[in-house]
Amino acid sequence: MSVGAEGELTRPGLGRGFSDLRQSGFLLKLLVRKELKVRYRGSVLGLLWSYVKPGVQFIVFYIALGVFLGLEKSARNPDGLANYAIYLFSGIILINFFSEALGNAARSIVNNGNLIKKIYLPRELFPVASVWVSAVHFFPQLVILLVACIFAGWTPTAFQLISAVVGFVIVGLLATGLGLLFGSANVYFRDSENLVDMLLMIATWASPVMYSWTMVEQKLGPTVFAFYQANPITIGVELFHFAFWYPTTDGSALMPPNLLILWAPVGLAISLVILGLGQLTFRRLEGRFAQEL
Amino acid sequence: MVNAIEVSDISKQFVLRHTRSIKEAVVWLAKGRKGDLSEKFHALKDVSLAIKTGETVALLGLNGSGKSTLLKHISGVMLPDSGTVHTRGRVAGLIEVGAGFHPDLSGRDNVYLNGAILGMTEQQIEERFDAIVEFSEIGQFIDTEVKFYSSGMYLRLAFSVAVHTDPEVFLIDEILAVGDEPFQKKCIEKIQQLAQQGKTLVVVSHDLDLVSRICDRGILLEHGKITFDGPIVQAVELLRA
Repeated sequence: MSVGAEGELTRPGLGRGFSDLRQSGFLLKLLVRKELKVRYRGSVLGLLWSYVKPGVQFIVFYIALGVFLGLEKSARNPDGLANYAIYLFSGIILINFFSEALGNAARSIVNNGNLIKKIYLPRELFPVASVWVSAVHFFPQLVILLVACIFAGWTPTAFQLISAVVGFVIVGLLATGLGLLFGSANVYFRDSENLVDMLLMIATWASPVMYSWTMVEQKLGPTVFAFYQANPITIGVELFHFAFWYPTTDGSALMPPNLLILWAPVGLAISLVILGLGQLTFRRLEGRFAQEL
Repeated sequence: MVNAIEVSDISKQFVLRHTRSIKEAVVWLAKGRKGDLSEKFHALKDVSLAIKTGETVALLGLNGSGKSTLLKHISGVMLPDSGTVHTRGRVAGLIEVGAGFHPDLSGRDNVYLNGAILGMTEQQIEERFDAIVEFSEIGQFIDTEVKFYSSGMYLRLAFSVAVHTDPEVFLIDEILAVGDEPFQKKCIEKIQQLAQQGKTLVVVSHDLDLVSRICDRGILLEHGKITFDGPIVQAVELLRA
Protein backbone atom coordinates (compact mmCIF):
# COMPACT_ATOMS: atom_id res chain seq x y z
CA MET A 1 0.00 0.00 0.00
CA SER A 2 1.32 3.39 -0.79
CA VAL A 3 1.01 5.54 2.24
CA GLY A 4 1.18 9.17 1.25
CA ALA A 5 0.09 12.21 3.13
CA GLU A 6 -3.41 13.18 2.18
CA GLY A 7 -3.70 15.68 -0.59
CA GLU A 8 -0.42 14.67 -2.11
CA LEU A 9 0.06 12.66 -5.26
CA THR A 10 2.44 9.75 -4.91
CA ARG A 11 3.65 7.11 -7.29
CA PRO A 12 2.55 3.67 -6.16
CA GLY A 13 4.82 0.68 -6.30
CA LEU A 14 8.11 2.41 -5.74
CA GLY A 15 9.71 0.93 -2.65
CA ARG A 16 11.86 3.11 -0.49
CA GLY A 17 14.17 0.30 0.46
CA PHE A 18 14.92 -0.24 4.10
CA SER A 19 13.07 2.85 5.26
CA ASP A 20 9.91 0.91 4.37
CA LEU A 21 10.91 -1.70 6.89
CA ARG A 22 10.75 0.66 9.82
CA GLN A 23 7.21 1.65 8.89
CA SER A 24 6.20 -1.96 8.44
CA GLY A 25 7.64 -3.16 11.73
CA PHE A 26 4.28 -4.54 12.78
CA LEU A 27 3.85 -6.51 9.58
CA LEU A 28 7.39 -7.84 9.87
CA LYS A 29 6.62 -9.01 13.39
CA LEU A 30 3.48 -10.81 12.21
CA LEU A 31 5.30 -12.45 9.29
CA VAL A 32 8.00 -13.74 11.62
CA ARG A 33 5.41 -14.99 14.09
CA LYS A 34 3.53 -16.72 11.27
CA GLU A 35 6.66 -18.53 10.10
CA LEU A 36 7.44 -19.65 13.63
CA LYS A 37 3.90 -20.91 14.14
CA VAL A 38 3.64 -22.88 10.93
CA ARG A 39 7.19 -24.27 10.89
CA TYR A 40 6.54 -27.24 13.13
CA ARG A 41 2.79 -27.51 12.67
CA GLY A 42 1.40 -30.96 13.14
CA SER A 43 4.60 -32.35 14.64
CA VAL A 44 4.73 -33.99 18.05
CA LEU A 45 8.08 -32.56 19.09
CA GLY A 46 7.23 -29.06 17.85
CA LEU A 47 9.87 -26.48 18.70
CA LEU A 48 11.99 -29.26 20.24
CA TRP A 49 13.11 -30.03 16.69
CA SER A 50 15.16 -26.85 16.88
CA TYR A 51 17.16 -28.57 19.62
CA VAL A 52 17.12 -32.14 18.33
CA LYS A 53 18.42 -31.46 14.82
CA PRO A 54 21.56 -29.49 15.78
CA GLY A 55 22.10 -31.88 18.69
CA VAL A 56 22.25 -34.92 16.43
CA GLN A 57 24.31 -33.05 13.85
CA PHE A 58 26.77 -32.16 16.57
CA ILE A 59 27.08 -35.75 17.85
CA VAL A 60 27.71 -37.07 14.34
CA PHE A 61 30.39 -34.51 13.60
CA TYR A 62 31.96 -34.87 16.99
CA ILE A 63 32.34 -38.63 16.71
CA ALA A 64 33.47 -38.61 13.09
CA LEU A 65 35.85 -35.68 13.25
CA GLY A 66 36.82 -35.40 16.88
CA VAL A 67 37.22 -39.06 17.66
CA PHE A 68 37.80 -40.89 14.34
CA LEU A 69 39.81 -38.22 12.56
CA GLY A 70 41.59 -37.22 15.75
CA LEU A 71 40.90 -33.50 16.05
CA GLU A 72 40.10 -33.75 19.75
CA LYS A 73 43.03 -33.28 22.09
CA SER A 74 43.59 -36.30 24.31
CA ALA A 75 46.40 -38.13 26.08
CA ARG A 76 47.20 -40.07 22.89
CA ASN A 77 46.68 -37.06 20.65
CA PRO A 78 48.37 -34.02 22.21
CA ASP A 79 48.29 -31.97 18.96
CA GLY A 80 44.49 -31.87 18.85
CA LEU A 81 42.20 -29.03 19.88
CA ALA A 82 41.30 -28.75 23.53
CA ASN A 83 37.56 -28.83 24.23
CA TYR A 84 36.92 -29.74 20.61
CA ALA A 85 33.21 -30.28 21.35
CA ILE A 86 32.74 -26.62 22.23
CA TYR A 87 34.99 -25.51 19.39
CA LEU A 88 32.85 -27.49 16.97
CA PHE A 89 29.48 -26.53 18.35
CA SER A 90 30.12 -22.79 18.55
CA GLY A 91 30.98 -22.80 14.85
CA ILE A 92 28.13 -25.10 13.84
CA ILE A 93 25.39 -22.97 15.36
CA LEU A 94 26.59 -19.89 13.51
CA ILE A 95 26.81 -21.79 10.21
CA ASN A 96 23.34 -23.24 10.87
CA PHE A 97 21.98 -19.74 11.36
CA PHE A 98 23.59 -18.58 8.14
CA SER A 99 22.40 -21.60 6.14
CA GLU A 100 18.84 -21.38 7.33
CA ALA A 101 18.67 -17.62 6.88
CA LEU A 102 20.11 -17.56 3.38
CA GLY A 103 18.38 -20.75 2.21
CA ASN A 104 14.95 -19.45 3.24
CA ALA A 105 15.57 -15.87 2.16
CA ALA A 106 16.58 -17.04 -1.32
CA ARG A 107 13.24 -18.85 -1.66
CA SER A 108 11.10 -16.31 0.16
CA ILE A 109 10.07 -14.19 -2.83
CA VAL A 110 9.05 -17.14 -4.98
CA ASN A 111 7.26 -18.82 -2.07
CA ASN A 112 5.26 -15.66 -1.38
CA GLY A 113 4.58 -15.14 -5.07
CA ASN A 114 0.81 -15.30 -4.64
CA LEU A 115 0.86 -12.33 -2.35
CA ILE A 116 3.41 -10.31 -4.29
CA LYS A 117 1.41 -10.73 -7.49
CA LYS A 118 -1.73 -9.30 -5.94
CA ILE A 119 -1.01 -6.81 -3.22
CA TYR A 120 1.67 -4.18 -3.03
CA LEU A 121 3.75 -4.31 0.11
CA PRO A 122 7.43 -3.72 0.76
CA ARG A 123 8.84 -6.92 -0.67
CA GLU A 124 12.09 -6.68 1.28
CA LEU A 125 9.99 -7.86 4.20
CA PHE A 126 10.08 -11.47 3.06
CA PRO A 127 13.84 -12.06 2.96
CA VAL A 128 14.31 -9.97 6.10
CA ALA A 129 11.60 -11.96 7.90
CA SER A 130 13.42 -15.19 6.93
CA VAL A 131 16.59 -13.93 8.59
CA TRP A 132 14.65 -12.97 11.73
CA VAL A 133 13.05 -16.41 11.91
CA SER A 134 16.49 -18.01 11.69
CA ALA A 135 17.71 -15.74 14.46
CA VAL A 136 14.88 -17.00 16.66
CA HIS A 137 15.84 -20.60 15.88
CA PHE A 138 19.45 -19.76 16.63
CA PHE A 139 18.56 -18.82 20.18
CA PRO A 140 17.87 -22.31 21.65
CA GLN A 141 21.11 -23.56 20.14
CA LEU A 142 22.95 -20.70 21.80
CA VAL A 143 21.42 -21.69 25.13
CA ILE A 144 22.75 -25.25 24.73
CA LEU A 145 26.17 -23.87 23.87
CA LEU A 146 26.19 -21.62 26.93
CA VAL A 147 25.26 -24.50 29.22
CA ALA A 148 28.10 -26.58 27.77
CA CYS A 149 30.49 -23.65 28.13
CA ILE A 150 29.63 -23.12 31.78
CA PHE A 151 30.28 -26.80 32.49
CA ALA A 152 33.67 -26.43 30.81
CA GLY A 153 34.60 -23.55 33.11
CA TRP A 154 33.73 -20.65 30.85
CA THR A 155 34.70 -17.24 32.25
CA PRO A 156 34.44 -14.73 29.43
CA THR A 157 35.42 -11.10 29.57
CA ALA A 158 32.96 -8.41 28.50
CA PHE A 159 35.15 -7.88 25.46
CA GLN A 160 34.70 -11.50 24.40
CA LEU A 161 30.94 -11.26 24.76
CA ILE A 162 30.90 -8.17 22.56
CA SER A 163 32.94 -9.99 19.92
CA ALA A 164 30.27 -12.73 19.85
CA VAL A 165 27.62 -10.10 19.13
CA VAL A 166 29.81 -8.59 16.42
CA GLY A 167 30.31 -12.03 14.86
CA PHE A 168 26.57 -12.64 14.84
CA VAL A 169 25.85 -9.23 13.30
CA ILE A 170 28.45 -9.79 10.56
CA VAL A 171 26.89 -13.11 9.57
CA GLY A 172 23.32 -11.77 9.89
CA LEU A 173 24.03 -8.82 7.61
CA LEU A 174 25.77 -11.07 5.11
CA ALA A 175 22.81 -13.47 5.06
CA THR A 176 20.39 -10.56 4.55
CA GLY A 177 22.44 -9.08 1.72
CA LEU A 178 22.90 -12.39 -0.09
CA GLY A 179 19.25 -13.26 0.62
CA LEU A 180 18.07 -10.08 -1.13
CA LEU A 181 20.43 -10.78 -4.02
CA PHE A 182 19.58 -14.44 -4.58
CA GLY A 183 15.95 -14.05 -3.58
CA SER A 184 15.31 -11.47 -6.29
CA ALA A 185 17.40 -13.35 -8.87
CA ASN A 186 15.41 -16.49 -8.08
CA VAL A 187 12.27 -14.89 -9.50
CA TYR A 188 13.90 -14.82 -12.93
CA PHE A 189 16.12 -17.87 -12.74
CA ARG A 190 15.29 -20.74 -10.43
CA ASP A 191 18.94 -21.73 -10.80
CA SER A 192 19.51 -19.23 -8.03
CA GLU A 193 18.18 -21.41 -5.23
CA ASN A 194 20.25 -24.36 -6.41
CA LEU A 195 23.31 -22.14 -6.51
CA VAL A 196 22.57 -21.10 -2.95
CA ASP A 197 22.35 -24.73 -1.81
CA MET A 198 25.76 -25.34 -3.33
CA LEU A 199 27.24 -22.21 -1.76
CA LEU A 200 25.92 -23.24 1.65
CA MET A 201 27.58 -26.62 1.33
CA ILE A 202 30.87 -24.87 0.53
CA ALA A 203 30.38 -22.32 3.31
CA THR A 204 30.35 -25.04 5.96
CA TRP A 205 33.80 -26.20 4.88
CA ALA A 206 35.30 -22.87 3.84
CA SER A 207 35.40 -21.69 7.44
CA PRO A 208 37.28 -23.19 10.39
CA VAL A 209 34.22 -24.89 11.86
CA MET A 210 35.42 -28.50 11.85
CA TYR A 211 39.14 -27.88 11.75
CA SER A 212 41.52 -25.21 12.99
CA TRP A 213 42.65 -22.17 11.04
CA THR A 214 46.31 -23.08 11.61
CA MET A 215 45.90 -26.10 9.30
CA VAL A 216 44.79 -23.80 6.51
CA GLU A 217 47.70 -21.42 6.98
CA GLN A 218 50.21 -24.27 6.97
CA LYS A 219 48.91 -25.66 3.68
CA LEU A 220 48.13 -22.44 1.82
CA GLY A 221 50.74 -19.96 2.99
CA PRO A 222 50.06 -16.44 4.30
CA THR A 223 48.90 -14.79 1.02
CA VAL A 224 46.16 -17.22 0.14
CA PHE A 225 45.28 -17.44 3.80
CA ALA A 226 44.49 -13.72 3.82
CA PHE A 227 41.78 -14.37 1.21
CA TYR A 228 40.47 -17.27 3.25
CA GLN A 229 40.42 -15.07 6.31
CA ALA A 230 38.57 -12.23 4.53
CA ASN A 231 35.44 -14.40 4.29
CA PRO A 232 32.94 -12.75 6.67
CA ILE A 233 31.67 -16.16 7.79
CA THR A 234 35.21 -17.19 8.71
CA ILE A 235 35.56 -14.00 10.71
CA GLY A 236 32.22 -14.58 12.41
CA VAL A 237 33.14 -18.17 13.30
CA GLU A 238 36.49 -17.11 14.71
CA LEU A 239 34.86 -14.37 16.76
CA PHE A 240 32.55 -17.04 18.18
CA HIS A 241 35.56 -19.24 18.98
CA PHE A 242 37.16 -16.29 20.68
CA ALA A 243 34.03 -15.67 22.74
CA PHE A 244 32.88 -19.19 23.63
CA TRP A 245 35.73 -21.64 23.13
CA TYR A 246 38.89 -19.69 23.93
CA PRO A 247 37.86 -18.83 27.54
CA THR A 248 37.34 -22.54 28.28
CA THR A 249 40.89 -23.48 27.27
CA ASP A 250 44.14 -22.82 29.11
CA GLY A 251 44.89 -19.96 26.74
CA SER A 252 47.69 -21.73 24.89
CA ALA A 253 45.59 -22.06 21.73
CA LEU A 254 46.38 -19.67 18.91
CA MET A 255 43.78 -17.20 17.71
CA PRO A 256 44.28 -15.77 14.20
CA PRO A 257 46.48 -12.67 14.32
CA ASN A 258 44.75 -9.28 14.23
CA LEU A 259 41.32 -10.88 14.52
CA LEU A 260 39.77 -8.05 16.48
CA ILE A 261 41.56 -4.95 15.29
CA LEU A 262 41.71 -5.85 11.59
CA TRP A 263 39.47 -8.73 10.59
CA ALA A 264 36.36 -7.90 12.58
CA PRO A 265 36.03 -4.45 10.95
CA VAL A 266 36.89 -5.98 7.55
CA GLY A 267 34.14 -8.58 7.98
CA LEU A 268 31.66 -5.93 8.98
CA ALA A 269 32.63 -3.76 6.02
CA ILE A 270 32.34 -6.65 3.52
CA SER A 271 28.95 -7.63 4.92
CA LEU A 272 27.70 -4.06 4.66
CA VAL A 273 28.92 -3.78 1.06
CA ILE A 274 27.15 -7.04 0.17
CA LEU A 275 24.02 -5.81 1.93
CA GLY A 276 24.19 -2.63 -0.15
CA LEU A 277 24.68 -4.62 -3.36
CA GLY A 278 21.83 -6.96 -2.44
CA GLN A 279 19.52 -4.05 -1.75
CA LEU A 280 20.51 -2.36 -5.02
CA THR A 281 19.91 -5.53 -7.05
CA PHE A 282 16.63 -6.13 -5.27
CA ARG A 283 15.37 -2.66 -6.08
CA ARG A 284 16.40 -3.00 -9.71
CA LEU A 285 14.56 -6.29 -10.07
CA GLU A 286 11.49 -5.90 -7.85
CA GLY A 287 9.54 -3.79 -10.35
CA ARG A 288 8.98 -6.86 -12.50
CA PHE A 289 8.33 -9.42 -9.77
CA ALA A 290 4.56 -9.37 -10.25
CA GLN A 291 4.72 -10.30 -13.92
CA GLU A 292 7.55 -12.82 -13.69
CA LEU A 293 6.29 -14.90 -10.80
CA MET B 1 -12.55 18.11 -6.92
CA VAL B 2 -8.99 16.91 -7.05
CA ASN B 3 -7.78 13.84 -8.82
CA ALA B 4 -7.39 10.70 -6.76
CA ILE B 5 -5.75 8.74 -9.56
CA GLU B 6 -3.80 10.11 -12.48
CA VAL B 7 -2.63 7.68 -15.12
CA SER B 8 -0.72 9.24 -17.98
CA ASP B 9 0.37 7.42 -21.10
CA ILE B 10 1.23 4.11 -19.56
CA SER B 11 2.22 1.15 -21.65
CA LYS B 12 2.99 -2.34 -20.51
CA GLN B 13 4.44 -5.19 -22.51
CA PHE B 14 4.34 -8.80 -21.45
CA VAL B 15 6.61 -11.53 -22.64
CA LEU B 16 4.49 -14.33 -24.02
CA ARG B 17 6.95 -17.16 -24.13
CA HIS B 18 9.68 -17.47 -21.56
CA THR B 19 12.83 -19.21 -22.58
CA ARG B 20 15.11 -19.86 -19.71
CA SER B 21 17.00 -23.05 -20.35
CA ILE B 22 20.41 -23.24 -21.97
CA LYS B 23 19.17 -26.09 -24.17
CA GLU B 24 16.57 -23.94 -25.86
CA ALA B 25 18.99 -21.06 -26.26
CA VAL B 26 21.55 -23.36 -27.91
CA VAL B 27 18.95 -24.80 -30.28
CA TRP B 28 17.91 -21.26 -31.15
CA LEU B 29 21.53 -20.30 -31.92
CA ALA B 30 22.12 -23.47 -33.93
CA LYS B 31 19.09 -22.75 -36.07
CA GLY B 32 20.63 -19.46 -37.06
CA ARG B 33 18.70 -17.30 -34.60
CA LYS B 34 15.45 -17.74 -36.41
CA GLY B 35 12.52 -16.17 -34.68
CA ASP B 36 12.48 -14.40 -31.37
CA LEU B 37 13.44 -16.13 -28.20
CA SER B 38 10.60 -14.30 -26.55
CA GLU B 39 7.42 -12.91 -28.00
CA LYS B 40 5.92 -9.76 -26.59
CA PHE B 41 2.50 -8.22 -26.62
CA HIS B 42 1.01 -5.02 -25.29
CA ALA B 43 -1.20 -5.54 -22.27
CA LEU B 44 -1.70 -1.80 -22.03
CA LYS B 45 -0.95 0.74 -24.70
CA ASP B 46 -0.85 4.52 -24.12
CA VAL B 47 -3.54 4.46 -21.48
CA SER B 48 -4.36 7.78 -19.85
CA LEU B 49 -7.12 8.53 -17.40
CA ALA B 50 -7.88 10.72 -14.44
CA ILE B 51 -10.25 9.75 -11.67
CA LYS B 52 -11.51 12.37 -9.27
CA THR B 53 -11.85 11.85 -5.56
CA GLY B 54 -15.21 10.31 -4.76
CA GLU B 55 -15.85 8.96 -8.25
CA THR B 56 -17.09 5.42 -8.75
CA VAL B 57 -15.59 3.95 -11.87
CA ALA B 58 -16.06 0.58 -13.52
CA LEU B 59 -13.38 -0.87 -15.78
CA LEU B 60 -15.17 -2.95 -18.37
CA GLY B 61 -14.00 -5.16 -21.17
CA LEU B 62 -13.74 -8.72 -22.33
CA ASN B 63 -11.26 -11.20 -20.89
CA GLY B 64 -7.70 -10.17 -21.61
CA SER B 65 -8.51 -6.55 -22.37
CA GLY B 66 -6.15 -5.28 -19.68
CA LYS B 67 -8.54 -4.37 -16.87
CA SER B 68 -6.78 -6.24 -14.11
CA THR B 69 -3.39 -5.15 -15.39
CA LEU B 70 -4.51 -1.53 -15.18
CA LEU B 71 -5.72 -2.11 -11.63
CA LYS B 72 -2.38 -3.65 -10.70
CA HIS B 73 -0.63 -0.54 -11.98
CA ILE B 74 -2.84 1.68 -9.83
CA SER B 75 -2.16 -0.43 -6.75
CA GLY B 76 1.59 -0.44 -7.41
CA VAL B 77 1.93 -4.19 -7.81
CA MET B 78 3.19 -3.57 -11.34
CA LEU B 79 5.23 -0.70 -12.71
CA PRO B 80 4.60 0.62 -16.24
CA ASP B 81 7.22 0.27 -18.97
CA SER B 82 6.58 3.89 -19.88
CA GLY B 83 4.32 6.61 -18.54
CA THR B 84 3.47 7.39 -14.95
CA VAL B 85 0.82 6.55 -12.37
CA HIS B 86 0.03 8.83 -9.44
CA THR B 87 -2.38 8.22 -6.60
CA ARG B 88 -3.54 10.36 -3.72
CA GLY B 89 -4.03 8.98 -0.23
CA ARG B 90 -4.01 5.37 0.81
CA VAL B 91 -4.90 2.87 -1.89
CA ALA B 92 -6.16 -0.56 -0.87
CA GLY B 93 -6.93 -3.36 -3.21
CA LEU B 94 -9.74 -5.79 -2.66
CA ILE B 95 -7.85 -7.71 -5.27
CA GLU B 96 -8.43 -11.40 -4.88
CA VAL B 97 -9.60 -11.69 -1.29
CA GLY B 98 -7.69 -14.02 0.89
CA ALA B 99 -4.39 -13.76 -0.95
CA GLY B 100 -2.68 -13.05 2.35
CA PHE B 101 -4.38 -15.80 4.33
CA HIS B 102 -2.39 -18.67 5.69
CA PRO B 103 -4.43 -21.90 6.03
CA ASP B 104 -2.62 -23.08 9.16
CA LEU B 105 -3.29 -19.96 11.18
CA SER B 106 -6.47 -19.29 13.11
CA GLY B 107 -9.04 -16.81 11.87
CA ARG B 108 -7.88 -14.35 14.50
CA ASP B 109 -4.22 -14.53 13.45
CA ASN B 110 -5.24 -14.18 9.83
CA VAL B 111 -7.25 -11.04 10.54
CA TYR B 112 -4.14 -9.46 12.04
CA LEU B 113 -1.81 -10.70 9.32
CA ASN B 114 -4.07 -9.76 6.45
CA GLY B 115 -4.94 -6.42 8.02
CA ALA B 116 -1.26 -5.58 8.31
CA ILE B 117 -0.62 -6.73 4.74
CA LEU B 118 -3.37 -4.38 3.59
CA GLY B 119 -1.68 -1.54 5.42
CA MET B 120 -3.47 -1.29 8.77
CA THR B 121 -1.57 -0.50 11.93
CA GLU B 122 -1.74 -2.66 15.04
CA GLN B 123 -3.97 -0.14 16.79
CA GLN B 124 -6.39 0.11 13.86
CA ILE B 125 -6.79 -3.66 13.71
CA GLU B 126 -7.43 -3.90 17.43
CA GLU B 127 -10.05 -1.17 17.25
CA ARG B 128 -11.85 -2.75 14.31
CA PHE B 129 -11.38 -6.37 15.24
CA ASP B 130 -14.86 -6.85 16.68
CA ALA B 131 -16.46 -5.08 13.74
CA ILE B 132 -14.53 -7.31 11.33
CA VAL B 133 -15.65 -10.50 13.06
CA GLU B 134 -19.23 -9.30 13.32
CA PHE B 135 -19.41 -8.35 9.66
CA SER B 136 -17.96 -11.69 8.58
CA GLU B 137 -20.52 -13.65 10.67
CA ILE B 138 -17.77 -16.09 11.60
CA GLY B 139 -18.63 -15.93 15.30
CA GLN B 140 -17.21 -18.71 17.43
CA PHE B 141 -15.03 -20.08 14.62
CA ILE B 142 -12.66 -17.12 14.79
CA ASP B 143 -10.10 -19.18 16.73
CA THR B 144 -10.28 -22.17 14.35
CA GLU B 145 -7.61 -22.61 11.68
CA VAL B 146 -8.93 -21.24 8.43
CA LYS B 147 -8.14 -24.47 6.57
CA PHE B 148 -11.17 -25.95 8.32
CA TYR B 149 -13.42 -23.11 7.12
CA SER B 150 -15.90 -23.64 4.33
CA SER B 151 -15.03 -21.68 1.22
CA GLY B 152 -17.86 -19.26 1.98
CA MET B 153 -16.61 -18.57 5.51
CA TYR B 154 -13.11 -18.06 4.19
CA LEU B 155 -14.21 -15.48 1.65
CA ARG B 156 -16.48 -13.72 4.12
CA LEU B 157 -13.68 -13.22 6.61
CA ALA B 158 -11.25 -12.09 3.93
CA PHE B 159 -13.74 -9.64 2.47
CA SER B 160 -14.57 -8.33 5.91
CA VAL B 161 -10.92 -7.54 6.65
CA ALA B 162 -10.55 -5.85 3.30
CA VAL B 163 -13.55 -3.53 3.65
CA HIS B 164 -12.43 -2.48 7.11
CA THR B 165 -9.04 -1.20 5.96
CA ASP B 166 -10.62 2.21 5.32
CA PRO B 167 -8.42 3.63 2.58
CA GLU B 168 -9.18 6.66 0.41
CA VAL B 169 -9.12 4.67 -2.82
CA PHE B 170 -10.63 1.20 -3.15
CA LEU B 171 -9.70 -1.12 -5.96
CA ILE B 172 -12.11 -4.00 -6.38
CA ASP B 173 -11.34 -6.86 -8.75
CA GLU B 174 -13.99 -9.54 -9.33
CA ILE B 175 -14.66 -10.18 -5.72
CA LEU B 176 -18.28 -9.22 -5.49
CA ALA B 177 -19.27 -12.84 -5.97
CA VAL B 178 -18.66 -13.53 -2.31
CA GLY B 179 -20.61 -16.02 -0.26
CA ASP B 180 -24.33 -16.65 -0.38
CA GLU B 181 -26.97 -14.20 -1.50
CA PRO B 182 -27.64 -12.48 1.84
CA PHE B 183 -23.93 -11.91 2.37
CA GLN B 184 -23.48 -10.69 -1.19
CA LYS B 185 -26.20 -8.13 -0.59
CA LYS B 186 -24.48 -7.05 2.57
CA CYS B 187 -21.19 -6.62 0.69
CA ILE B 188 -22.79 -4.56 -2.02
CA GLU B 189 -24.53 -2.39 0.57
CA LYS B 190 -21.19 -1.89 2.29
CA ILE B 191 -19.56 -0.87 -0.96
CA GLN B 192 -22.36 1.54 -1.77
CA GLN B 193 -22.01 2.97 1.70
CA LEU B 194 -18.30 3.53 1.05
CA ALA B 195 -19.15 5.31 -2.16
CA GLN B 196 -21.56 7.61 -0.31
CA GLN B 197 -18.85 8.41 2.20
CA GLY B 198 -16.88 9.90 -0.66
CA LYS B 199 -14.40 7.08 -1.20
CA THR B 200 -13.03 6.59 -4.67
CA LEU B 201 -13.96 3.21 -6.09
CA VAL B 202 -12.48 1.46 -9.10
CA VAL B 203 -14.31 -1.77 -9.87
CA VAL B 204 -13.49 -4.55 -12.30
CA SER B 205 -16.35 -6.96 -12.86
CA HIS B 206 -18.13 -8.91 -15.53
CA ASP B 207 -21.41 -8.56 -13.70
CA LEU B 208 -22.72 -5.65 -15.75
CA ASP B 209 -25.99 -5.22 -13.84
CA LEU B 210 -24.09 -5.01 -10.61
CA VAL B 211 -21.55 -2.44 -11.75
CA SER B 212 -24.25 -0.24 -13.24
CA ARG B 213 -25.86 -0.13 -9.80
CA ILE B 214 -22.62 0.77 -8.00
CA CYS B 215 -20.73 2.92 -10.48
CA ASP B 216 -21.46 6.20 -12.26
CA ARG B 217 -18.70 6.12 -14.82
CA GLY B 218 -17.64 3.31 -17.11
CA ILE B 219 -14.37 2.87 -18.93
CA LEU B 220 -14.25 0.36 -21.74
CA LEU B 221 -10.97 -1.36 -22.51
CA GLU B 222 -10.14 -3.35 -25.60
CA HIS B 223 -6.76 -4.93 -26.31
CA GLY B 224 -5.08 -2.63 -23.83
CA LYS B 225 -6.59 0.58 -25.11
CA ILE B 226 -9.41 2.75 -23.82
CA THR B 227 -12.23 2.70 -26.36
CA PHE B 228 -14.89 4.48 -24.36
CA ASP B 229 -15.01 6.66 -21.26
CA GLY B 230 -18.34 8.02 -20.09
CA PRO B 231 -21.56 7.32 -18.19
CA ILE B 232 -21.89 3.73 -17.04
CA VAL B 233 -25.18 3.12 -18.84
CA GLN B 234 -23.66 3.90 -22.21
CA ALA B 235 -20.56 1.87 -21.47
CA VAL B 236 -22.63 -1.19 -20.59
CA GLU B 237 -24.75 -0.75 -23.70
CA LEU B 238 -21.64 -0.55 -25.85
CA LEU B 239 -20.19 -3.68 -24.34
CA ARG B 240 -23.43 -5.59 -24.76
CA ALA B 241 -23.87 -4.52 -28.37
